[in-house]
Amino acid sequence: MIKWLEENTPKLVLAPSFIAVLIFVYGFIAWTAWVSLTRSRLLPKYEIEGFIQYERLFASPRWETAFGNLFVFGTLFIVIAMVLGLALAILLDQNIRTEGAIRTIYLYPMALSMIVTGTAWKWILNPGLGLEAMVRGWGFENFTFDWLVDPDKAIYTIVLAAIWQSSGFVMALFLAGLRSVDGEIIKAAQVDGIPTWRVYTAIIIPAMAPIFLSAFIVLSHLAVKSFDLVIALTGGGPGYATDLPATYMYAMAFSRGDIGQAASSAMIMMLVVFSIVVPYLYSELRSKDG
Amino acid sequence: MVDLSLAQTPHQAEGRTGRLILRWMLYILLLLFALFYLLPLFVMLTTSLKSLEEIRTGDLIALPRDVTFAAWRTAWSEACTGIQCEGVRPFFWNSVLIAIPAVVISTLLGAMNGYVVAQWNFRGANLFFSLMLFGCFIPFQVVLLPMARVLGLIGMAGTIPGLIFVHVIYGLGFTTLFFRNYYVSIPSELTKAAKVDGAGFFRIFWSIFLPLSLPIIVVTVIWQFTQIWNDFLFGVSFSQAGTQPVTVALNNIVNSTTGIKAYNVDMAAAIIAGLPTLLVYVIAGKYFVRGLTAGSVKG
Repeated sequence: MIKWLEENTPKLVLAPSFIAVLIFVYGFIAWTAWVSLTRSRLLPKYEIEGFIQYERLFASPRWETAFGNLFVFGTLFIVIAMVLGLALAILLDQNIRTEGAIRTIYLYPMALSMIVTGTAWKWILNPGLGLEAMVRGWGFENFTFDWLVDPDKAIYTIVLAAIWQSSGFVMALFLAGLRSVDGEIIKAAQVDGIPTWRVYTAIIIPAMAPIFLSAFIVLSHLAVKSFDLVIALTGGGPGYATDLPATYMYAMAFSRGDIGQAASSAMIMMLVVFSIVVPYLYSELRSKDG
Repeated sequence: MVDLSLAQTPHQAEGRTGRLILRWMLYILLLLFALFYLLPLFVMLTTSLKSLEEIRTGDLIALPRDVTFAAWRTAWSEACTGIQCEGVRPFFWNSVLIAIPAVVISTLLGAMNGYVVAQWNFRGANLFFSLMLFGCFIPFQVVLLPMARVLGLIGMAGTIPGLIFVHVIYGLGFTTLFFRNYYVSIPSELTKAAKVDGAGFFRIFWSIFLPLSLPIIVVTVIWQFTQIWNDFLFGVSFSQAGTQPVTVALNNIVNSTTGIKAYNVDMAAAIIAGLPTLLVYVIAGKYFVRGLTAGSVKG
């Protein structure tokens, strides 16, 4: 008995976490997938009815807005955060004397809750007393900056706040990447008289391909999960102009009492995340085994 | 370190002034970005120190004329979050009560899991690790509905232990990942030699691995604390009136529709809610960054 215990201690230690993950991750995903195929409304039903929830979902104008917003928000957020992050990393990599301090300033928003970020930007961007009022106070009476309350523009305020929060992190990733590029190759290129911009475009940036991939994965993951920022900054409004799938799901689950819609929208969110993350993880795990 | 500015041709005097101008432009650009990142914090801080009267008549980025801490007092102990008017104080302590046990438990479990996966490889250990890793990436919306039901069934709906439980479960993936990647770099000969000497599973962990683990424990604790303190989704889904974490309370204060909008109180509450993680970042920034990159770049 004691010998058996000794031999199996590692397995016994792993067992609780293993069971927890099986139930609370995979079992729960299965439950949500199941319910998304039923007629559940206020209470879950378990008779499978096919894809009616998904048909309802894609017929809903609110979901159409939310899903479309995800692509507008996601694309702008990922592209701008990556470009800005790379640019800041290159600028910071030029023997800057105060690099440590600047890095700290660029990165601190990542430590804040999105609710805090949203609250701060909501105050800055409010037309009545924020930026708009300030510039008007300087004498530009006709200055208008009311994106926060404009249904067509409000989504861009979320992009702005999200970039403010995450671009410093992308900068840190790229900076680590720049430092890991082989210095000898760069020196050789410089000795050969290759111009600086060519050194970057032909040697350094291609060498950082894995970092681009990591940054892309992290940012797209953040984009799909964005929930707190929307809630704090616009509350999904005006109307539902800035709804994202995450806020749609929450509204259906906890205020509309429409479990079927909540489950099917959650499943779509998971499909979006997995279509990005699974190829990445698969290649990571394979390269580790090999 | 790549210093490309040194690569320019240094023998021309013209080139030298050109380089100096470039250098200045570089610093100015970096400074402008620093201002962009600091602006919201600056505005939050100055707004929180102004009176409402001064906010209405003054400038967004002006320094306060009469510094007053009244808004901070209100935010801490009087502001209304819905029907309750006790400020963020009780919710701040809720967050502390949630974060501390959840961080400790998930870090301990992650350390044990990582130790097993990295050093006691048996059939299935890799499968376990892959399953955990995928679990890190799920959007939590996909588990919200069943979790709400299960918490109800086991009588933990709307309670602080319920939230601790949820944070432990969904934090396990990352804590296991951190420790696994750290322990993988420790030579397995060490474990083998200790086994030959008759040391058991826990003995080896306790006297060999744990003493080596301080850096990764710091990284994991900071990562988990930041995640849990800043969480809003689980907090808003699984709490009730008395058990909400500070992020939920902050959102309620900002969006409460009763009375006049007290922007200075909102800002003070926002700073209070952000202060713990900001402090952690200032004190242990190096480890914070390491956790962020470990979560994204292959360890």
